Amino acid sequence: MSKGHAMSNVKKSNQNSVPTSNSQKLPSADEMKKLYRDMLLIRRFEEKAGQLYGMGLIGGFCHLYIGEEAVVTGVQSVQKKQDTTITAYRNHGHMLVSGISANDVMAELTGRSGGCSRGKGGSMHMFSIENGFYGGHGIVGAQVSIGAGLGFAHQYKGDGGVAIAYMGDGAANQGQVYESFNMAKLWNLPVLFIIENNQYSMGTSVPRHAAGEFYRRGEGFGIKGEKVNGMDIFAVREASSRALEDIRSGNGPYILEMVTYRYRGHSMSDPQKYRSKDEVEGYKALDPIDGIKAALLKEYNITEDDLKPIDKEVKDIVAQAAQFSQDSPLPDAAELWTDVLISV
Amino acid sequence: MSIQILMPALSPTMTEGNLTRWMKKEGDVVKAGQVIAEIETDKATMEVEAVDEGVLGKILVAEGTQGVAVNTPIAVLLEDGETEVKQGIAPSPCMAGDIPCIPNNAPVATATTETTVVDQPAGAVIANRDVLYAQGVVIEPPPFDEAPYMQNTQAMQVREALRMGMSEEMRRDENVFLLGEEVAEYNGAYKVSQGMLDEFGPKRVVDSPITEYGFTGLGVGAAMSGLKPIIEFMSMDFAMQAIDHIVNSAAKTLYMAGGKLGCPIVFRGQNGAPGKVGAQHSQCYASWYAHVPGLKVVAPWSGADAKGLIKAAIRDPNPVVVLEHELMYGQIFETPVDDNFVIPIGRAKIERAGTDVTIVAFSIMVGKALEAAKILEEQGISAEVINLRTIRPLDRHTIIESVKKTNRIVSAEEGWPFAGVGSEIAALVNEHAFDYLDAPVARVCAADVPTPYATNLEKLATPQPEDIVAAVKRVCYR
Repeated sequence: MSKGHAMSNVKKSNQNSVPTSNSQKLPSADEMKKLYRDMLLIRRFEEKAGQLYGMGLIGGFCHLYIGEEAVVTGVQSVQKKQDTTITAYRNHGHMLVSGISANDVMAELTGRSGGCSRGKGGSMHMFSIENGFYGGHGIVGAQVSIGAGLGFAHQYKGDGGVAIAYMGDGAANQGQVYESFNMAKLWNLPVLFIIENNQYSMGTSVPRHAAGEFYRRGEGFGIKGEKVNGMDIFAVREASSRALEDIRSGNGPYILEMVTYRYRGHSMSDPQKYRSKDEVEGYKALDPIDGIKAALLKEYNITEDDLKPIDKEVKDIVAQAAQFSQDSPLPDAAELWTDVLISV
Repeated sequence: MSIQILMPALSPTMTEGNLTRWMKKEGDVVKAGQVIAEIETDKATMEVEAVDEGVLGKILVAEGTQGVAVNTPIAVLLEDGETEVKQGIAPSPCMAGDIPCIPNNAPVATATTETTVVDQPAGAVIANRDVLYAQGVVIEPPPFDEAPYMQNTQAMQVREALRMGMSEEMRRDENVFLLGEEVAEYNGAYKVSQGMLDEFGPKRVVDSPITEYGFTGLGVGAAMSGLKPIIEFMSMDFAMQAIDHIVNSAAKTLYMAGGKLGCPIVFRGQNGAPGKVGAQHSQCYASWYAHVPGLKVVAPWSGADAKGLIKAAIRDPNPVVVLEHELMYGQIFETPVDDNFVIPIGRAKIERAGTDVTIVAFSIMVGKALEAAKILEEQGISAEVINLRTIRPLDRHTIIESVKKTNRIVSAEEGWPFAGVGSEIAALVNEHAFDYLDAPVARVCAADVPTPYATNLEKLATPQPEDIVAAVKRVCYR
């Protein structure tokens, strides 16, 4: 790992920080298995998406979340039904844990009528309001202001929800992020800003694109911020629970910087000349799925055999999604002209 | 069942590459996600990761092989219980057991769609009006009889008409709120929202910081959540900082979401040249926003326009841009007081009937066109003045029907000529009424320069009634 990497400040170990009963309620074995399953689903789904991209079935840009699974899985596991989620274009994992079916997501990647935007959005543009998921946005940083607007709406309606707005370390440099921080604190909006610091803004490493620390970037506005080991789902859950509780108690927005790592390139067409293989391997040693698996085996008396049905279930879901995404027909030609405006 | 591992592509355009290195050898156990080989093209290198678990049974393409075609089987993976590669496996272009065959030369799926324009008779399906508009079809807009509403009017300034329209809608719908710079405690930079804070309180009349990009995005988020924000820009020039959210976030989302997520929001503010404020506060953005599918754009001139269009904009489930004009805010018009006075978006109004020439205008230029018509009348030319009211969807029908009658047309706008609203009208008339024209379409626009500050230069740069008169005479060959 090269010097200056954010992870040097957080724990370097495959041993995830299984919470003690003092710090946080211990997840039940079933909860643990669910977390393992959700992370594994993202991993296997993204691997398959990469494969379909290689076969020419997925076009354009395709941004995979492999390596970062603990972040969204951990946050989602402690959020409430009325909360809303918004992110940029590395969004497949966020959709899956929000409850959107793998079929719907994969068929959108292949641009088919069975996709969640009926093939008209693509990898970067997917939405599911019934699951509280507001996209899926292609303009870096735009989702942060829109996310502040979701928070504004929660407050306006008084529905007790929190808007969870994800952004990458690259997006965190956009000016509108700070406009949003200002308004969110000024108006005490219920917004959890999550900076998924995967240490690269496309091909530019954090030491080359960012001054200062991300988690401190709300300080001038009076927004609390924390740096969290995003490769450790227990750390993610603990910090997110704390932040969400703080927001729900009326204290306004909160910033969590999740330090994580993407194993794959920025998008599928990225040759990754900007980092060494050793660096990637170093982070793979901190793999979040290996981490929760180790915890399951060690702390919960669960055996490899107990996990096999989960592995099988995930494999089947992904295989079925891959099949569906190719069997589903292309959108009807008439679809070209629909959904431009809502008819009055 | 054994699984064939195929040569992957680094991108949808790659056809072949080099297999540089095997990271596993025959007999090795392979887990999903593990790197098994490295491939390269002249542009990039990539690791091949196993998608399935198993034992690497046989390597079919040795490392160092150049020019391996995409989708060529490069190895065989044995699943649980298998011990050897069955003889006679024909190399097939199949990826894995769960993926159907994709021939090597199969076109990329996304490139195969054949686009055919749906054949729909003009005006036949009114529910598809917006679709027809999008396809350039000329259909008659919904009927609207304004006369009954004009029986009961009050003389008021355009700013009061806007305020009346917004306030009525806010009384009618709890989800409507107004957000912008100085809209609340200051009572509005142009006093459009005067008194609204007192009536509706700070929850619904919200002073924002000077932060256009941010508050526009915030408004879009609120709209996506089901609220109905009215976002005020002190000047549409400042909305340039936020145009990304207006176009990329508000206008395109419904389409990108396959119809599942709309954005009912109003963007409004002063647009055009209010005089003596220089180039950065004087631009007309009508053609900019009208360029964008997914947006509606209206531009009121009179008090009735202001009230009827702002109400229509607020009630519309789509994003609507309302282009107001500072020089009109203080003008007094008889304005309908009825709560139900809502002007249908997409319907122009013939402000003055005429027989010799059609003048199409919007916003402040309607008044200048009427002045010009008066001058022309004295010279024996009868001009018909169309107040567009809506820029998008454009009321093509009213324009075409008028040209069929007058055979001559002049467009007048405060924007620049290049790709302006007048250009669109010229194209429209060319496409749909070419045979009716007795003269080429003429355009009256701002001079093609940044708006100057000096009084004399600014007057030269901004279209005046006499410019319209001159253009009309040109098309009348007088």
